[in-house]
Formats: sequence, C-alpha cells, structure tokens
Amino acid sequence: MSTLEIKDLHVSIDTEQGTKEILKGVSLTIRTGETHAIMGPNGSGKSTLASTIAGHPRYNVTSGTITLDGEDVLAMSVDERARAGMFLAMQYPVEVPGVSMTNFLRTAKTAIDGEAPKLRTWTKDVKAAMAQLRIDADFTQRNVNEGFSGGEKKRVEILQLELFKPKFAILDETDSGLDVDALKVVSEGVNRAHAEGNMGTLLITHYTRILRYIKPDFVHVFVDGQVVEEGGPELADRLEEEGYDRYATGAGAATIAAADAAAQA
Amino acid sequence: MTDITTEKARIGAPSAQPFINGFTEEGESLSPLNAAESKSPLAGEAVKRHSHGGGVGVPDSSRAGRLTSYKLADFKPLTGMEEDWRFTPLKRLRGLHTEVLNGAAPSVSVTAPDNVIVETVGRDDRRIGSAAIPEDRVSANAWENFTEATVITVPAEVQADGEVSVLLTGQGTAASAQHVVIVAEKFSKSVVVLDHQGTAVVSENIEILVEDGAQLTVISLQEWNDDAVHASSQQAKLGRDAKFKHIVVSLGGDLVRVTPSARFTAPGAEAELFGLYFADAGQHLEQRLFVDHAVANCKSNVLYKGALQGRNAHTVWVGDVLIRKEAEGTDTYEANRNLVLTDGARADSVPNLEIETGLIAGAGHASATGRFDDQHLFYLMARGIPEEVARRLVVRGFLNEIIQKIKVPAIEERLTAAVERELAATNH
Repeated sequence: MSTLEIKDLHVSIDTEQGTKEILKGVSLTIRTGETHAIMGPNGSGKSTLASTIAGHPRYNVTSGTITLDGEDVLAMSVDERARAGMFLAMQYPVEVPGVSMTNFLRTAKTAIDGEAPKLRTWTKDVKAAMAQLRIDADFTQRNVNEGFSGGEKKRVEILQLELFKPKFAILDETDSGLDVDALKVVSEGVNRAHAEGNMGTLLITHYTRILRYIKPDFVHVFVDGQVVEEGGPELADRLEEEGYDRYATGAGAATIAAADAAAQA
Repeated sequence: MTDITTEKARIGAPSAQPFINGFTEEGESLSPLNAAESKSPLAGEAVKRHSHGGGVGVPDSSRAGRLTSYKLADFKPLTGMEEDWRFTPLKRLRGLHTEVLNGAAPSVSVTAPDNVIVETVGRDDRRIGSAAIPEDRVSANAWENFTEATVITVPAEVQADGEVSVLLTGQGTAASAQHVVIVAEKFSKSVVVLDHQGTAVVSENIEILVEDGAQLTVISLQEWNDDAVHASSQQAKLGRDAKFKHIVVSLGGDLVRVTPSARFTAPGAEAELFGLYFADAGQHLEQRLFVDHAVANCKSNVLYKGALQGRNAHTVWVGDVLIRKEAEGTDTYEANRNLVLTDGARADSVPNLEIETGLIAGAGHASATGRFDDQHLFYLMARGIPEEVARRLVVRGFLNEIIQKIKVPAIEERLTAAVERELAATNH
C-alpha cells in the first residue's frame, strides 16, 4: 500500500513574457488501488501536473510538496522518480532515433528493477503484453516511437506501463487522438495493470469518453490551475452533459469575462 | 541545450538568413584569393583547359567548374585559402601536399570470395583512370607517385558470396601514395570493405566503377592509430540502373580527409552516401562529398552523422550536390547531423545544392548541429534510465542509424564496439 500525496502545489514556467504561474495550489492524495480522474478544459494545468510529478525540467515548483510514502519526490531526479515507482504515460511520446524498442525496454526494466530481467521470461512477457495490446511483433526491432502512428505510440506507452509495473501511473491524455478500437485496447491494458492491485492511477483527460472504459473512484475538476470540484464517478457523467462552462462563474474574473464574451458572441 | 544551428530547405522555400559569413543560400562564396587570381594564367579559364568538369564558361563558384587533372603540376601549391582546403590544417598534412610521396604505402591484403578477381597491377594498366580524375593537389600527388595499384573485379553477373575485405595496414609515417580500383561489372552484386588500420601518412585514390545494373556497396573504415594522416579521394562512376552504396566511417587518425563522389553517367542509377564520424580531442575528421547528377532520372540520398568530444575535436562536412541542366527527373536529398558532446569541439557543416533545371522530382538538403536533445533524455530518464546511461543510449542511437545501414553483421558489431569504446572515453 503506497500513497502519493500532493500538497498545495504551485508551479510556474518561464515564458518569453516572463514567469507564468500555471498550478495555483493543487492538493491531491492517491492510494494504491485507487483511480483518480483529473478533468478540465484545455489550458487548465492538467498536463502541467503530470509533467511536474515526473520531473520535467521546464516546470518550476515554487511551493508545495509531492511525497511518495513520505519520501520527497521533488528532491529526486527524473530517473529516480521512475525508479521509485512513478510512471508517466506521455501525451506526446518522443521518438528516439537509433534506439531499438527491445534495447530500450530491457534497459529501462533493468534500471527500474535494479537487475536485468531473466531473458527467457522477459522476452515472453514482452511478447504477451504486445499481443494483448495488438502491437505488431516487429515493433521490437523498430526504434523507440520512430514512425509510429499516434495510436501506436499510446499503445507502446501502455505496454511500458504493463511491463514496468509502477506504483503510480499517471496517464496524460492517453485517450486523445485514439479511435474507439484503440481506446478500448489501451483501456484494457490500464485495467489489467490496475487489476494486479499494486497500482494507483491518475488519469488526466479532457473528454469523458475514456471513463466509460476506465472507471474512476474519484473525479477532480481542474480550472485555471486549481481543483474547483471533486466527487465520485457521477461527477464525470454530469460533466459529459454540461461541459466545463459552469465552472467559469466560479473561477477568476478573467474567466468570467471570457465566458461573458462567449455568451455575447 | 537545443539545436545550435538548424537549417532546412526545400526548393521553393523562402530563403533563410545566412548563418555563416561567406555563405549564401547559393552555397559557399569564393575565397578572396581564388577570386582575385581567377584571371591569372594559372587559374580561371586557363586552368579549365585541363578540366574534365564544367569547362570554359562555368563559374568558379559552381562545383562543375572545379579543376580536374591527372598532373600534379596543374594544381597550384596549397595556401589554405582554397575553397576546398580552407577547413583543413595543412600543417598537419605531413607533406601530402608538398612532398614526393615515395614512402612505403600501406600494405594491401585482400580476402575475397572465389569468384572475385584480385590483381596487383602497374601504372599502365588500362583500368587506371577509368573512374576517377584527381580534383585536388593531394589526390594528384598520389596519382603521380603510386607505383602499383590493387584492382578488384567482380565479374559480370556474379553475386559475390560474402564481402571482399581489403585490409590496408599503414607502414609508418613516410608520406606515401596508394591506388585501388574497384570494378563492379554488369549486373554483379557485391560488398567491398576498405579497412584502414595502423600508422600511415598516405594520400589515396580509390576508383570505383559501377557498371550497368550492378549493385555495389563500398565501406571505407578509418580506424587508424592516433598519429595517422589520411587523404582519400573515392570517386565512383555509375552506369545505367546501377545501385551504389558508399559508407565512410572515420574514427581514428590525427587528420582524415575523405572526399567521396558519385557521378551518374546514365539514367536510372541510385547512389546512397552515408557517413559516420566520431572525433576526439585534437582530431580533424573531414568529409567532402560530391554527387554529380549529370543525366536524367537518377536518385541520390546522403546522410552523414558525427559526434564530437574533447578540446579541438574538429569535424568538417561539405556536401556538394549538382543537378545539371540535363538531369531532369532527379531525386536527391542530403543531410548532415552533428552531436556535440562537450565544450571546445567544432563541427563545420556545409550543404550545397546547385540546381540547373526545375524539372526534377525533388531536391533538398538539411544540416543540424546540436547538443543532446533534452526531450530524448527526459523520455529515457522518465523510464528510470540514469542520465549517464541515457546519454550513451542516445549517442549510440544517433550513430546507430548509420551502422544499421551497413548490413554486414560482423562490421556492424565491430563498429558498435568501436563506438562503445569512444563513448567510454567520454567523461560526462
């Protein structure tokens, strides 16, 4: 049983116009076995939260804490975080030319486990996981994400999730750009990993569509860098019907003005 | 930590700002010396009487206008101001451009499948000069001084079983001349590996004749000792529907300057020119290639990748692609990528594309020199891979793209190990 705890997190980025605060005090606690959905409109800071947890250098934490079973995650380097049990399924997985999938998967697994996986079982595990995600066997010979379609890249992210067995999985808009079939395949993968019972999931999404396949225990609505509403799965259903517009009134003046402008248009 | 310079252009794209003084989107500008002397008796029009290139009326700035001659005397002594020598430290050439090249040439030992013919011939052999003509003084110096040549012939329609391995072992630091002729006869298929090792100061001419329908891969490995100096002109002449793959791998040596070229003489041929170089502190690794689309409907693809580490590691890549007026239907692309691993290293990269006809299938060039891509590093580290390992994985991956094109497993393994050794020498 593990706990990932985010407390009053403030995050900013450097832009050409100066420093811009994106997360304005986010608190969230995720435990093993739980699935939390973070939903919100574009630009609300959902992906920033995901990247910050993973340690992307672009995001500066100005205050607040992230701890994993009491350990200070913010003090860890990117690779230490992954070895501590965090996994970020990226929204835009990066192509790494010249590094084969086989080599990459084995190197990562070795780093995470602290020892090389046994070759025979490992090869079998990889094959089986790939088959379940309907990834062609020849992908192992291809370079990491190189020339993969958007859907293939997402499936390969989930392949890693299943193979690396993290304590916490953060899925950053894994559903975006997927057709229904791919969405099902990917969701099944997440559900399989979850069913092993040793993982907590933070599911970041703009749409409610994926929540038909992955059932969240908690739903948090993000607007303008803050959680504006929290609830159970029923909140997702409500969002599907009503959209995010009603949160505009509860948010800052700028948002209200924007909503007014939209209403007048 | 992002790209230092990136240039990418396709035909019709708006012209970019010049990145380097002396360069325009047309290519390199003439060095002032050449420009000033172009009217003297030994340069410009007078010189072009020796030329098999563009001849009178072709501007000096065109690759077609370059002087070519078998006679050393036709080339003026080098000053370092010449367009094609301006990046090369002449002081380190150890006499290849000034002395009589009568030192012992690297020994040649050829291992070949039975159906390939290997001969050692004199200067008067009819095949000498069948594919190449020197384009610079150092090459002409070797042409004038070599005493015997190795001729490798893959007879017509023979599919060589296994590669032809040519081991060239340096015999010391006396300036020497070497000559090798490779003839891939009609419809033959073969792989020739030129494996340069040991210590040598040598100027080398490699002539490569790829006859109609032949498929030839030539791999030139430069794994010299640290004190070697090597200038190598490797000129290929391609017949109708010929397929030629040329791979240059330069890892060892104090100064290595390889000048490969592919000349199309009949339609339907394809040339792929690949290169990999890894320069350590103090090393000068230079590659200048030329693809001459002189006839219609030929294809060429060029990719060179280099890594640099250590103080005064210097690499030069100049890629000249010329699409002549006759070369309608040409499809060509050239790219150079450099990865600078430490401070104090310098990579020069100059892609030149000259186009004399608009009726082509495609033409492009690209060059990028940068440090590690942070996005690659982040992705790998986010999977638990420590930074050090991730960096190596990226460099290895970066260079692997070329190694993967070799398709000779033994050589691929050897080069992978060699790159590993280079990486181990890095102290990030």
